[in-house]
Formats: sequence, structure tokens, C-alpha cells
Amino acid sequence: MSAVNAPSPGGWREWLMSDRPQSRRQAALGRAYGGWRTFSRNRLAMLGLAIVIALLLVALFANQLAPYSPYIGDLRTTRLLPPSAAHWFGTDDQGRDILSRIIHGSRITLFVVVLVAILAAPIGLVVGTVAGYSGGLIDAALMRITDIFLAFPRLILALAFVAALGPGIENAVIAIAITSWPPYARIARAETLTIRQADYIAAVQLMGASPWRIVLRHIMPLCVSSVIVRVTLDMAGIILTAAGLGFLGLGAQPPTPEWGAMIANGRLYVLDQWWVAAAPGAAIFLVSLAFNLLGDGLRDALDPKGVK
Amino acid sequence: MNGPSVADMLVVDDLRVAFPNREGGMTEAVRGVSFRLGRERLGIVGESGSGKSQTGRAILGLTAPEGRVTANRMEFDGIDLLHSSARQRRALRGGRIAMVLQDPKFSLNPVMSIGDQIVETLDAHARVSRREARDRALETLRQVQIDNPERVFDLYPHEVSGGMGQRAMIAMMLIADPDLLIADEPTSALDVTVQLQLLAILDRLVTDRGMGLVFISHDLRLVSTFCDRILVMYAGKVVEELSAGGLQDAQHPYTRGLVNCLPRLGEHRHPLPTLDRRPEWAL
Amino acid sequence: MTIAEQTRGGGRRSARLLRGADTVGRFLLVIFLTYLGLLAVTFFIGRVIPIDPVLAVVGDRAPEHVIQRVREEMGLNKPLWEQFFIYCRKVLQGDFGTSVLTSNPVMQDIRRAFPATIELATLGTIMGAGLGVPLGVWAAVRRGGVADQLVRVMGLIGYSVPIFWLGLMGLLVFYARLGWVGGPGRIDVAYEYSLTPVTGFMLLDTAIAGEWEAFGNAFSHLILPASLLGYFSLAYISRMTRSFMLNELNQEYVIAARAKGLTETRIIWRHALRNAMVPLVTVIALSYAGLLEGSVLTETVFAWPGLGLYITNSLQNADMNAVLGGTIVVGSIFIGLNLLSDILYRLLDPRTKTR
Ligand SMILES: Nc1ncnc2c1ncn2[C@@H]1O[C@H](COP(=O)(O)OP(=O)(O)OP(=O)(O)O)[C@@H](O)[C@H]1O
Ligand SMILES: [Mg+2]
Repeated sequence: MSAVNAPSPGGWREWLMSDRPQSRRQAALGRAYGGWRTFSRNRLAMLGLAIVIALLLVALFANQLAPYSPYIGDLRTTRLLPPSAAHWFGTDDQGRDILSRIIHGSRITLFVVVLVAILAAPIGLVVGTVAGYSGGLIDAALMRITDIFLAFPRLILALAFVAALGPGIENAVIAIAITSWPPYARIARAETLTIRQADYIAAVQLMGASPWRIVLRHIMPLCVSSVIVRVTLDMAGIILTAAGLGFLGLGAQPPTPEWGAMIANGRLYVLDQWWVAAAPGAAIFLVSLAFNLLGDGLRDALDPKGVK
Repeated sequence: MNGPSVADMLVVDDLRVAFPNREGGMTEAVRGVSFRLGRERLGIVGESGSGKSQTGRAILGLTAPEGRVTANRMEFDGIDLLHSSARQRRALRGGRIAMVLQDPKFSLNPVMSIGDQIVETLDAHARVSRREARDRALETLRQVQIDNPERVFDLYPHEVSGGMGQRAMIAMMLIADPDLLIADEPTSALDVTVQLQLLAILDRLVTDRGMGLVFISHDLRLVSTFCDRILVMYAGKVVEELSAGGLQDAQHPYTRGLVNCLPRLGEHRHPLPTLDRRPEWAL
Repeated sequence: MTIAEQTRGGGRRSARLLRGADTVGRFLLVIFLTYLGLLAVTFFIGRVIPIDPVLAVVGDRAPEHVIQRVREEMGLNKPLWEQFFIYCRKVLQGDFGTSVLTSNPVMQDIRRAFPATIELATLGTIMGAGLGVPLGVWAAVRRGGVADQLVRVMGLIGYSVPIFWLGLMGLLVFYARLGWVGGPGRIDVAYEYSLTPVTGFMLLDTAIAGEWEAFGNAFSHLILPASLLGYFSLAYISRMTRSFMLNELNQEYVIAARAKGLTETRIIWRHALRNAMVPLVTVIALSYAGLLEGSVLTETVFAWPGLGLYITNSLQNADMNAVLGGTIVVGSIFIGLNLLSDILYRLLDPRTKTR
């Protein structure tokens, strides 16, 4: 950044909150800062953010944090032990430490969430922006398809997909992604319809930009933020669906420490050794809750008109 | 009919209505309005946002919950409105004090037939049979110049025109024979002939039944021909009180500006006069 | 549905399928296209994705001559579009093929399992709507009050907790520890064989037979899973009711109703709620659909012999005919619910009718 508009130390806040930004960058940063101020006043949203960050750290340092191996237990001495100082969350039927398995399971949860977002959001973005920008028959056809998908039972459709593709975490991710893009397409289309009217789009059109270029370079970037908010709001749903697939034996396969599959395993012992199923379920709950709080906070910060 | 103060049906002294603003403080939308009303026609004029509607709503106790209403005195027929219970005020509303709301398009419940909405007012204030209620509703509809009340009775708000909706709204508020009617721009969606007929009805209610009428409008000419007295509001304050026909005696520069903007027959105007607004008037 | 869109939940799936259809012809066209879409997707899943659809149907342990026979039965040597055409015709006749697991026609299995699922989902929705609507209204009227907080917390939990886990924990506490409710299954084995199914609904069947002891037993089995579903439905419906009511209470006609001197009770229930009911009908229909869909998880936990458990068992045994049959049935119900909610919407909102 040039020295001209570099703020003096301590003047950062004024610079960010300036009513007359000197550059696009300052305006963008200022807007982000304003959003952050709204967001950070929301205590629950901050709590959600903290938990999500903690999840990231746990996943990153799983090897260091886990006290035992997530895969190998001692069948003779540590089978189905209740929670204790040595095993905080107890051990499972294979004698494995449940805490260690949950710590390693965070990686799978993150893997699923990130991959579904990476797959589904772009599909929704492309379908929505293309439909919104083209209008006419293409719009009608694409939106009809979207509505049809929206009217389907998503979980059951995902189940059927996995049944055909074969069980496994990757296939579960594909199935969830295939069934979760339609809302993103709807949002992207709504945004596109408003952006399309803007003068600068007319200006780029006059300059002879191709429709693809306009959609990719000028419209899509503007739709991204609302889609991101929506994806964050959906994260909890994605986690729950993935866990449900795991629970039904269609997601991650043993001995992978996937939380849903761990509950399925614990189900066999739930009446006597409740901790085997209790701990992974609590982990799912906590992480979903965090994403929900985070998503609500993001929505409120980015969309002041939103229902509160 | 400028009777002595004992005959005053409505007394309002230093009425203030404030709403919370973004900065966390309160902004006053009505800033010290005072007037007395007997069995007469009082006009309130002023530009958009000057606080006319909020004044009317405060009298009925319809200010939005986040708003704050204060006054030195606010009495209706000897009843202290400031200190009466919610229940007492509700009993007055629609029965003894009625208010025709400004926008008929949004003021009618979209999923209820017009007839049901009119009958409902009567049900809330009088013990009447269904038959009788219906008859009275039809009669009131006829009274507000609706030609085929039986048909309109069963229509839903989206099925009638704006003017028809406005008349239905007026019927809804007149059916329980109120002593005081606050009419917030009741004729804005009506064409001139219907407008005159309706004013004649309101006029008869005042002279024959002794109803008090507060007539809110931003049409200075209409108000000056129809009302006994006129309050001119600007930025939440009454800047001037005029008697009927006393338009030419207006003192306040804002009112004089308004009067000057009224077109007159046989007069050439070039350039068109514009309204002057000075921040110091709002002080 | 804009509010529903903004408030999460309604956005999960919105019943806008038929909103644009203004004539009967377009209405039917949309239904037809949606159903065609459902068939296309299931066809794709069943016949296109698997490398060898025959193996997917008969399993890989089947002898060679069975594989050959099935291959011909399925018409796999014909072109794809013709296969799809045959597939559609069969499905429309209610022929989903034979289940490998039970060796019954899939349709017959589904018909037997169906009442159990409907019983559960219906009871859950009745609980959810019966409590959720008043609670949501209360929350909107007293913002920041007890009900408002309750709706908020229940919503957060409802959107975050895995339903199958909550069911397991419920079984642990209320069945194993406290003994307040019956365990998994619809009724104790002791009663099961003395009962002749008439309607397929346990509560009705036992009541018709006058077996009150069995009725009580069936009820004790039903109450926990039904309450669980009721909770999820309640969380969703109360949240949506609150947001619709807040919107209505801000409307000018509410002020007009006050100006008429109506009581708050009447304004809230007869004016505002009556308006809020228009979008709420869709929400309740969606909630019912959600419970049907969620049955795959709840029924597994409670060993509840319904459609969900049937689908799950078939999934675990790679019984594709049964899985696809179940998917089509649930999908058809979804389409039916969309249709129903749209009809109710039109009935409730006079603005959709033109005279
Ligand atoms: N709920 C509210 N919160 C904050 N401010 C409000 C609220 N209701 C009204 N106001 C403010 O009160 C002021 C007066 O409004 P009012 O409706 O009385 O104007 P008016 O004179 O009737 O105008 P018009 O001729 O357009 O009807 C306006 O500036 C408005 O912004
Ligand atoms: Mg007004």
C-alpha cells in the first residue's frame, strides 16, 4: 500500500470507518470491519466462532492431542470401561479410548463439511447466476429443475445415491452435495436478478464483454457472500446428514472414527454402557450448534434487514 | 360553535410522542401539540411526516409500543386518557372515539370479508343480533355512498377499488356511532364527486348528531372550506391556528408559503412559487 | 415465503413448486414434470450409476442363470430410453419389482410397513402443530419473554442435535432407567400375535378389538418416538409461527383492528394468526414431510417396523428394488404434500381466487 493513504498508527479505526473511503480497498475493508463489529457484539455468534476454531485446532493437532490411538485398543484390559481419569469418555467394545476417537473424528467432520461446500456451492452458483442472467427459457428450465429437486426428500435421495454408489465417506459427500445445491441456486438467482439491472453491468455489456465473462467476473463474485452465509447456515444440516449416513452404516466404514458410525456402534451397548454412544452424539451436537450460532451471527451482521 | 371550555369534548395539552432512534436516544415526532375540540370540525394540515397521524394515534392510544407518549393533559369527555387503563381505553376506541386510518389498502384485513370487518366493530361495543348487525352494516355502507352494499358486504379487500376500500373503512368506524371521529386523510383516494358527498355526510354527523371531527389532510384548500378551525403542523409542532376563512390572515411564514402555493383562477404564475422551509421554524 | 426464506428452516425446503401455476393446466404440468423428475432420478440411481444393475438387484452371490434371467427381465439389452419408458410404466402400475431380502413384491412390503410410519409422523405433527403454533404466537406477542426464549432455545437444539442420538438417549433414560415407557417396537411380543390387523394402526386396531391392555401397551411404545418427532416438529413450527406472527403484527390492519376497540385476544387469534396461517400451512406440511423423511433414522433407533426401517434394512442389504421403491413412495408423498399445501394455501387466501 502506498504511503499516501496509509493511516497513522492508532488511526486504523478512523481509516476503516471513514465515510469517504479513498480506495475500493478501503471501502471493502471498512465494510468488513463494520460487519465484524456487529458480529462481535453478538456473544452467541462469538461462542460459535470459538467452537469452530477449536474444532479446526483439534483436527489440526489430533495426533498431539489424542492420548491414545484411535484404532487400537486392548480387548483384554480396556474393553467398555466407564469414564475415568485415564479414559475421560470411557472406552468402546474394542477397548479403544473414545476421547481419542472423537478427536480424530473431527477431521472427518471437517472433511465432509468442507468438501460438500466446495462441491455444492459452485453448482448452485453457476445454475443460479446463469439462470438469472439469461432469463427466458433457460431460466425457466433451470429453475424448474431446481424446484423439483427442492421438492424431493433430500435425506432419502442421498441414501439412495449412496446405496447405488456403494457405502463410503467419499460417496456420502457426493450424495449430500448432489442433494444440497438447489437452495444456493435460488439465492444466487435472486441476487443476479437485482445485479443484472445495475448500470455497471450495462457498461460492461456495452464494452462488448461476453455473457460468460460478465457472469463469471462481474456477477458471481457479488453473489458469493450471500451463498456463503447460506452454506454456513447449512453446515449443521450437512454434519447431521453425514452423521445420519454414518449411523446407518452408509458413510465412513469401520474402523474410521466417524461420529455417526460411533453412535451406531454404541447403540448395541446403550442400555448398559451408555457412554459409548453418548460422547460422539454430544460432539455432533456441539459442533452443529456452533455452526448454527455462527451462521445466525453472520446473517445478522451481513443482512441488517434479516428477521431477528 | 366555539363554546366555552366546559363543552370541550377533547382537551390535548402539550402532547409529545417520541420514538427511539439509532443513536440510542429518543426522537420526538410530535413535539408539544395542544388544542381543544368541541362538537365541531377541526382540521389538521401539514406536510408529510409533520406528525399529523401520530397525533391522532396518540389520542386513541395506538402509538407503537416502542413509542413514548407524554402530555400535561389529555382528556376525552372528562375521562383522563393518560391515566386510564388499557381496558377503559379499549372500550372507548371504536365505540366513542373512532379513527379512520390513512391507507385503506393496508388497513383492511386481507383475509376477512369487508362485511365481517364492519360488523366486528359493532359486536365489540354493542349487544346486537347477527341479523341486526348485518342490517346496520348494510345501512352504514349505504350511508357512505356505496350503491350495492349487499354485494360489497361479501367482498374481500383485494376485490374493491381504493376509493371503495376507503369508504368501507369509514363505515367500519362510523357503525358504532362515535362521539369523536379522527379521520386521517379519509378522502384522498376518492374522486371529487364522492369526496363531496362524503364530506356532506361527515358534516351532517357533526351538525345533527353533535359529533366532534378531527380532519387530517394535507389539502389546505379542502380543509379551509370544510373545517371550523385549522391547525397547521410543521415538524411535530402546531405552528399556527386559523379559523375558517381566515386563511388570508395567516401569520406564520410557513402557512403563508402554503397559502401562496394555492393556485387561483385568472392568475398567471411564472415561475411557480416554491415552499420555503427554515430550520428555525422547527425549533 | 420470503420470511421463511430468511429465517432458516423454511429455507431448507420451500414449497414453491406450484406457486407459479395459475391455471389447472399448468398445475397438472408441474405435477407431471416433478413426477417425471422423480422417476428419472430414481431410474438414474438404479440403472445408470451401478456398474452392473443386475448384481445390484440380485446380489453378487446369485447363480449365473438367475443373473441372466433378471438381466432379460430388466430389459437391460434394450436402449436406455426404452428401459426408462418400461420403468415408468411399471412404477405407475405400482410394480417396483421383488425385494431380494423378503422375496415379496416391494409394493406389498411397503403397504404393510406404511401405517406404522404414518401413525408416528401424524402423531408427531399433531403434537408439533398443536403446541408449536400457540407457543410461536405467544413468543411473537411477548418478545423477549419466556416463550420467546423457549422457542429460540428449542429451535437451536432442534437444528443441532442428531435425532437418532436423542432417540437413543431417550430410550436410555425413559425406558431403561426410569421404565416410564415401552421399549423398541410397536407393541410387546406377547400381544403381537393375538392381534388381527384391521387398519394397520396399532392404537386403532387394539381399540377396535377392545383390548385395552394391549392398547395401553401400544401407547407406551408409541409415546417416546412420537414425542421425539413432536419435538422436532415443534421446534420448527414454533419458530416459523413466531416469525410469521411478528410480520403480521406489524401490519396496518392490526392497528385498524385496535382502533375498532377489539380485544387483543381477538386481534391476535382472529386477525393476525388467521393471516399467518396462510404461509403456516405450508410449514406444517413441510414439517410432516420432514418427519416422514426422518423416519429412516428414528425407526432404526426404535426398531419401529415402518417404511423407514424397511428402507434402512434394504440399504444395508443392497436391495436396490426395495430402496428405490421406498424412495419413490416417499417422493410421491412429498409431491402430494406440496399439492395439498398449495390447495390449502389457495383456500385460505382469498387473494388467490378471482371472481
Ligand atoms: N414507529 C416509529 N418509529 C420511529 N419513528 C416513527 C414511528 N412512527 C412514526 N414515526 C415518525 O413520526 C413522524 C411523523 O409521522 P406521521 O405518520 O405522523 O406523519 P404524517 O404527518 O401523518 O405524514 P403523512 O402526511 O405522510 O401521513 C415521521 O417522521 C415518522 O418517521
Ligand atoms: Mg399520516
